[in-house]
Amino acid sequence: MTELTNLGVKEIRDGVAGGDFTAREVAESFNAAVAAAAELNAFIVTTPDHALAAADAVDAKRAKGDDLGKMGGVPIGMKDLFATQGVQTTAASHILEGFKPQYESTVSQNLWDAGAGMLGKLNLDQFAMGSSNETSYFGNVSSPWRKAGTNAAMSPGGSSGGSSAAVAARIVPAATGTDTGGSIRQPAAFTGICGIKPTYGRCSRWGVVAFASSLDQAGPMARSVEDCAIMLEAMAGFDPKDSTSLDMPVPAWEAGLNADLKGKKVGIPREYRMDGTDQEILDSWERGKEWLRDAGAEIVDVSLPHTKYALPAYYIVAPAEASSNLARYDGVRYGLRELPDGAGLQDMYAETREAGFGDEVKRRIIIGTYVLSAGFYDAYYNQAQKVRTLVARDFNEAFAQCDVILAPTTPTASFPLGENSDDPLAMYLNDVFAVPASLAGLPAMSVPGMLNSDGLPLGLQLVGRPFDEQGVLNAGLAIQQRAGFTAQPEKWW
Amino acid sequence: MSTYRIQGATGEWEVVIGLEVHAQVTSNSKLFSGASTAFGAEPNCNVSLVDAAMPGMLPVPNRECIRQAVRTGMAIEAQINKYSRFDRKNYFYADLPQGYQISQLYHPIVGEGALTIDADEKAGIPEDKVIGIERIHVEQDAGKLMHDQHPTMSYVDLNRCGVALMEIVSRPDMRSPAEAGAYVRKLRTILRYVGSCDGNMEEGSMRADVNVSVRRPGEEFGTRTETKNVNSVRFVMQTIEHEANRQVDVLESGGKIVQETRLFDPNTGTTRSMRSKEDAHDYRYFPDPDLLPLELDDSFLDECRTSLPELPDAKRARYTGELGLSDYNARELTAEVETFARFETLLAATATALGKAEKDVATQVANWALSIAPGVLKALGDEANPANSTAEAQASILKMQDAGEISGGQAKEIYEIVLKTGREPGEIAETEGLKQVSDTGAIEEAIDAIIAANADKVAEYRGGKDKLFGFFVGQTMKAMQGKANPAVVNQILKDKLG
Repeated sequence: MTELTNLGVKEIRDGVAGGDFTAREVAESFNAAVAAAAELNAFIVTTPDHALAAADAVDAKRAKGDDLGKMGGVPIGMKDLFATQGVQTTAASHILEGFKPQYESTVSQNLWDAGAGMLGKLNLDQFAMGSSNETSYFGNVSSPWRKAGTNAAMSPGGSSGGSSAAVAARIVPAATGTDTGGSIRQPAAFTGICGIKPTYGRCSRWGVVAFASSLDQAGPMARSVEDCAIMLEAMAGFDPKDSTSLDMPVPAWEAGLNADLKGKKVGIPREYRMDGTDQEILDSWERGKEWLRDAGAEIVDVSLPHTKYALPAYYIVAPAEASSNLARYDGVRYGLRELPDGAGLQDMYAETREAGFGDEVKRRIIIGTYVLSAGFYDAYYNQAQKVRTLVARDFNEAFAQCDVILAPTTPTASFPLGENSDDPLAMYLNDVFAVPASLAGLPAMSVPGMLNSDGLPLGLQLVGRPFDEQGVLNAGLAIQQRAGFTAQPEKWW
Repeated sequence: MSTYRIQGATGEWEVVIGLEVHAQVTSNSKLFSGASTAFGAEPNCNVSLVDAAMPGMLPVPNRECIRQAVRTGMAIEAQINKYSRFDRKNYFYADLPQGYQISQLYHPIVGEGALTIDADEKAGIPEDKVIGIERIHVEQDAGKLMHDQHPTMSYVDLNRCGVALMEIVSRPDMRSPAEAGAYVRKLRTILRYVGSCDGNMEEGSMRADVNVSVRRPGEEFGTRTETKNVNSVRFVMQTIEHEANRQVDVLESGGKIVQETRLFDPNTGTTRSMRSKEDAHDYRYFPDPDLLPLELDDSFLDECRTSLPELPDAKRARYTGELGLSDYNARELTAEVETFARFETLLAATATALGKAEKDVATQVANWALSIAPGVLKALGDEANPANSTAEAQASILKMQDAGEISGGQAKEIYEIVLKTGREPGEIAETEGLKQVSDTGAIEEAIDAIIAANADKVAEYRGGKDKLFGFFVGQTMKAMQGKANPAVVNQILKDKLG
């Protein structure tokens, strides 16, 4: 019998439904894999009982002949940014350590309703702020990948680094991620897996610890395009509890998968050819074009002229929103409270937030507070919003000439942990290709393309029109079928 | 033009006043959460996950609160902004769980409007005056800190946190404490008519931030101070009185007014500095990214408009015009919703009972409703059960009076019994003998006896001493034990005395 932990979402779902194995067997296998992979530090807490209970419920349904759901019998990892009822939810921050919500996020509830179970809460960059998973209060996550010939711990990307590491290491078949400025796509690219950020509003933000509300969007991370399609269907849907939720039916993305791109045009944005981009990344981009052409698509040049302003604008808008969103962590009602003897309210705020937030979180709160301050608001925040509008317009105009855009996901492959941690700007640059689609709220996906000469995965990014996740998934599938990416990290943990 | 002036040592000063009134919107649930808005619940019982700002919670606008703000805007004939937006006002305080208040700075839901305060000679308002209203925006209320529950700690009650407020910002158009008082009262009346705020200042449903400055008449505006959270009409007027005089003292002794936030102390009737402009918070307003802009469609606006009741000014005009009531009666009857509601119910019932048009019974009903009925009620005190005072009962009394079956005095007596017992007026009149005698036979009999017994006075009367007519009326009424219909008595006396 195949190793169950090698199976993806579709295989597990179909296998459970077909009686090849039970959901309980699957859950037990993954629970064991998770327990054996502590060195990756991918999980903040594990929840084997949750996975078993969900599996048993699916097995019981099957015995009765009931519908098992879109994710029936599939255990997954849950990024620890999603509130899970009765299970510690921290956003990888000390300030929320020990916090057990009395509520379940809409997205996680949707997944449980679809028959999925939870293996545990996945590590991430603190409050989803970071691109290397080095800002977690609960320690760095190690990528299962290593540079050929070295033993240095590599970054799994961030902020969904626990998710990417766990999926790549095959200790979960799939995981939730959230993407504010690349936090699904960049870690997916770093670890040789797939991840899609849907159109802003597809997945409810209710119960997801907020980083930057106008950008935050949940999505699936898995090892195949099909698995992403299946899981996104289960996650998405209108939620009246989120005012920014899209009131649209969820398309049948899995059923709509079609890698034949005849008649489709793929845009290549010339501005993404930036100085400092790794040559191997550029090579992989070329390969991507060939694969899509082979799938029947026509390759066209497009221009996204405001691309170079996107990253600076992002690093104004996102911290501005974060500075306000994180004001609620004040030690008054839940989470950490630091109250030195004789301290007043202001002291309590200062001490609690000083002790509770990590450096990167503080850095962004300070940036955000600054750009919203009287006298600076127009120069920074308003200006950044204008840039945002222009970036969205660029895409709009480009999509008059093409159906989907192909670009690298990141300017480099994964780097060793610690390499960029003293240089926030270098770290921020890692999201340069990911951020524009976030600012424009567009569906965007990373699929693995190839390994570089160091034996590290490189990702290709597909960006689609608003609501056209199908177009993105289909182009991703065309690449997946041609790239033949089957590389796996060698198990060292 | 207001002639209100502060007499300083160096001459006269004019006061300039603008008010920001915070009015709690009447709604069952809060502005962005489903929690109840009921007043007086146990602390922290009306708190949702959103109100407590739990991680990942999101605001969802309450349509009813938006509707009430729009209706209020329509009632002051303001511009309604079909596009408006919520902004976050960021500051830390223990009664503000989110760390920001959701408000509307840049794009308020209601723009420019106005209301008219009524002339009141006694208060120094010689003629009606229009006060401009700059805007109305919708925002969340904060929670409440309780400092008296523990010797060293403060407790937080979040029941009020997230309740919808309308902030109604006037132009600096008022020039005296009386004008400001009249403005707040008129605004409260309008809000109550519309039903968008109960106007209950004691429970904090309405509070005002009072902006005051002084200047030499006709000169440029002076620097203003803002006194926060003043919670009665009297206190608003006291605040202005004190603050204007304080500013004049400062200026006349060579000082400068600093733009600052002040607090009113109801115990002393004075204001004191809370924080200066330099210490003012930087609220870092920005559009709330959790909320989409509010876009109001025409059908929503139509519903808001058609659901508006007749407003105070229009009602008063109708009362004097169509119903022919005096200015005084019209003003008294339209001042409060409960008053006009009772009046209009009674008016309709009476008109129906009498088979007459409303305008033909309006004055009679107004006099009854404004002076006679309240007089009886007041005199009875605790003996009265106001619930017995139905429109039906009162209309039936007025009908008997109109038909001459009972006198004015009898009407009061019957009403008294109604209030005490809830018995039916017609039955009371019968059983208690509270009916006028209009039976000419009985009256004629009495009059004949009086004429026979007072031949001398009859002669004097016939000789031209007209004043004696009253004597005969009195004698007759006495003989009839006050139950004779005066009109009938007059007629028969005239006939018989010639």
